[in-house]
Amino acid sequence: MSNSFVKQVDNPVLEIHDLTVSYDKKPVLWGIDLSIPAGSICGIIGPNGAGKSTLIKAIMDLVDMNSGYVKLFDQTLDEVRKRVSYVPQRESVDWDFPASVLDVVLMGRYANLGLFKNPRKADKEAAMKALEMVGMDKYSKRQISQLSGGQQQRVFLARALTQNADIYFLDEPFAGVDAATEKAIFKILQNLSKEGKTIIVVHHDLQSVETYFEWVILLNLRLVASGPTPEVFTPSLLEETYGGKLTLLTEVGELVQQGEFKAREKQ
Amino acid sequence: MDAFWIILTGSLVAVSCAILGSFLILRKMSMVGDAISHSVLPGIVIAFFIAGSMQSIWMLVGAGILGILTTFLIEFFHQKGRLQTDASIGVTFTWLFALGVILVTYYAGNAHIDQDCILHGEIAYVPIDLIYDSNGNAIGPKAVIILSFVLGLILLFVVLFYKELFITTFDASFAKVVGISTNKWHYALMGLVSLTTVASFESVGAILVVALLIAPAAAAYLITNQLKVMLLLSSAFGILSAFFGYWLSYLVDGSIAGAMVTVAGIIFAICYFIVRFKK
Amino acid sequence: METLIEFFTFQYPNIKYVVFGTILLSISSAVVGCFTFIKKKSLVGDVISHAVLPGICLSFLATGSKDPFFLIIGAFISGWLSILVMDAIIQNTKIKEDAATGLSLSVFFGVGILLMTYIQHSGNASQSGLDTFLFGKAAALVGKDLLAFSIIAVIVLLTVLLFYKEFKLISFDPQFAKVIGLPIRRLEMILTSITVLAVVTGIQAVGVVLMAAMLITPAAAARFWTNRLSRMILLSSAFGAFSGISGAFISYSAPSMPTGPWMVMILSVIALVSFFFAPGKGILIRQWRRFSIRRQLLEENLLKTFYRIGENSGEHFNTVAIDDLQLVRNFSPAQLTKGLRKLLVNGYVSRNNNSWFLTNEGFEKGKRITRLHRLWELYLTKYLRIAPDHVHEDADTIEHVITPELEARLEKLLEYPTSDPHHSEIPK
Repeated sequence: MSNSFVKQVDNPVLEIHDLTVSYDKKPVLWGIDLSIPAGSICGIIGPNGAGKSTLIKAIMDLVDMNSGYVKLFDQTLDEVRKRVSYVPQRESVDWDFPASVLDVVLMGRYANLGLFKNPRKADKEAAMKALEMVGMDKYSKRQISQLSGGQQQRVFLARALTQNADIYFLDEPFAGVDAATEKAIFKILQNLSKEGKTIIVVHHDLQSVETYFEWVILLNLRLVASGPTPEVFTPSLLEETYGGKLTLLTEVGELVQQGEFKAREKQ
Repeated sequence: MDAFWIILTGSLVAVSCAILGSFLILRKMSMVGDAISHSVLPGIVIAFFIAGSMQSIWMLVGAGILGILTTFLIEFFHQKGRLQTDASIGVTFTWLFALGVILVTYYAGNAHIDQDCILHGEIAYVPIDLIYDSNGNAIGPKAVIILSFVLGLILLFVVLFYKELFITTFDASFAKVVGISTNKWHYALMGLVSLTTVASFESVGAILVVALLIAPAAAAYLITNQLKVMLLLSSAFGILSAFFGYWLSYLVDGSIAGAMVTVAGIIFAICYFIVRFKK
Repeated sequence: METLIEFFTFQYPNIKYVVFGTILLSISSAVVGCFTFIKKKSLVGDVISHAVLPGICLSFLATGSKDPFFLIIGAFISGWLSILVMDAIIQNTKIKEDAATGLSLSVFFGVGILLMTYIQHSGNASQSGLDTFLFGKAAALVGKDLLAFSIIAVIVLLTVLLFYKEFKLISFDPQFAKVIGLPIRRLEMILTSITVLAVVTGIQAVGVVLMAAMLITPAAAARFWTNRLSRMILLSSAFGAFSGISGAFISYSAPSMPTGPWMVMILSVIALVSFFFAPGKGILIRQWRRFSIRRQLLEENLLKTFYRIGENSGEHFNTVAIDDLQLVRNFSPAQLTKGLRKLLVNGYVSRNNNSWFLTNEGFEKGKRITRLHRLWELYLTKYLRIAPDHVHEDADTIEHVITPELEARLEKLLEYPTSDPHHSEIPK
């Protein structure tokens, strides 16, 4: 059967079941079903507009899903928020914001602080340690508006590192950064993976896929494949992923939108 | 003595506005603030007729409700009606403001409330309207007391929830992922903007509140890169505007509120040219 | 009623002028508003209307006269200046559009208030007319003022007529306009100029604060009825004209009533009605459509269930008891009563006491739905790699939207299959 390209694993850290997401009623992800093993570095690959970021946002509960569910460590997101870290796209925030590097990195500790509590010394130490890991400890007082693209990305990663999470989601961390930064970030991700943490990365550069990722998810509105890189990162599956959208699927999606259907009625 | 009370009132308004305005600018919601400052009008009028007098607590409640409603309607037309944000803001506030003016005129015969006062307030009357203690000694002007209360509330809010305001303003999706509700803080902030507007409208008028919300904060935003400094600087600019505004109005014999805004505009212009010149 | 007749028969020549004037003003701002709307710069109108105040005051101070032509020149200059200041702030600093808009608007207005109070306090008796600019007064449109403002309104309308194609292009797709060699800067300047002019004249009727509504509200309302700019402009002008007539009537019949706010109120009501009820885009209409689709889903699901029962028993036109339907698919009793009644009315089922059976039409329709359901399930498993046990729910929705044309393509793509992933037969 064709769905052998989607490999399901036992005891997954991330399990997505039958996930459908729509923007403005139009389905942009159809019935995604996949699972990811613990400790892997996993790349989400697909052409522009394939729904890669949407998939991560759906996992993070930032967009509504029409159907299906997501389980992290066999629990819902709300139950395991503290074990989950998210690095949004660099362009998603306004870097003119009046804040220092340290201010931004400290945000990673907010989840553990709760109302009325301000970051303490221990939090600052954790933030400094994270900055050291990404090679930005000298810049802790620097204003974020003065950072280069690569430095911005490092700061975002440092913020995620302070969370001490068990699973990391990164949305295009290598987009528009210099080669040194890309290398440094990958090194950190590798170390995290060695500690048994799971890393999921939205990625667009096909050249580096085989070097970076042990597990690959091929996505284009629907799930094309999900599995260990050697098995999945094949010319024929790539052709299927990048060979244009399934026109029939797109048209049905538009019909759903015009009809103001919910892509699937919630029972 | 009058000058002291007037400058104090102006400063209280200006500092309240500067703090809230800083967050509005950073959230790119300045025009929502502008909309709120206009659309609280029907809330004030309705509260006036429910309570039967200019009792401040009811007006604060009425304005607060209308402010939140405005925020909600703008979002509603945008999300459910798919109307673009700029038009959604424009339609919402003009509609509510028109309703307010109609209500005011309808009851004009028996009210001390008129369009003029809403548009450009009269801070010069502040020292006349005093509050007395049980012995009949004047404690101070009513406006000063109300505005102190509002400013206190804002300061408390910002100090206690600085962390939440900071993170939801800078990176809303990250805030949501770590479990901080962005919506809640959005509405809380807009509620405070409405309170400030209504507490200030008698003294500076609704439209000039907008100037004090935006101009000092924008000037501070230009010359600093730190949020805490920006909050302090914009407050300082607000106080300067109140002080020199009073002086300017005395000089040209014109509206004090208008003069305060003019000074705030001049401060912004100075900051603008400093930044441009440095480049 | 008498007032109404009196009003519309124009018994007093004055009325004729006021009506004529307000309609012209309203239309010219409604037309210009369509362009600012599609450029997503609706609030520019708000900026200009606040910013004309200092210009008016300064020109009064300079000339000492209330001649509308002088005042308009002053207003025009400061209106333009506010836009330049706003653009300069956005271009040269990190301040974003919203703050630049609010800043320009409020500071210009503050300066205007200072100047106006200065004029008032200086005891100049002839200043009394200046504050009509603040609050507007349609009835004050008489004599020379009316003439001046009408001329401007006509200029605005003629300019739009003349440059319609160009304005449309620079508003929708400035990139493309540039590529094909249109003089964008000059056209933008003309568009801004007529926006300023429309605002300057409109303020006379409704005042500073509400002027924004005269630009934004009719355009926003019209947008809900059409996707075409030409129709949007016509509709928006009609809305504007209607509010203009109403405004003139109100100021005639109830002089104590504030005309401007009532005009805006009327426009707002038109807009709210459009937001909720406009066919196609209205919020409630869309809700209603969703509701009727749910009803359609129920009917089709019922027919499908009849079909499947027939498939199992091999006899499609036997009577079926309500319990049998519920055995196959979990319908609520209310759904069953409602759905079956609808099917009966539409002639898809007939009734025999408490049992129901399919008519020929019902059979055909049930068959088609079942067929689409199974086709889509097959498509999902084959092309989307979805496991067979997950495709049912999705097919349950999609079966209701597939058109005959898509059905044919689906069949071809799947090479005219005979059975679905669950090995059920796909009926022909």
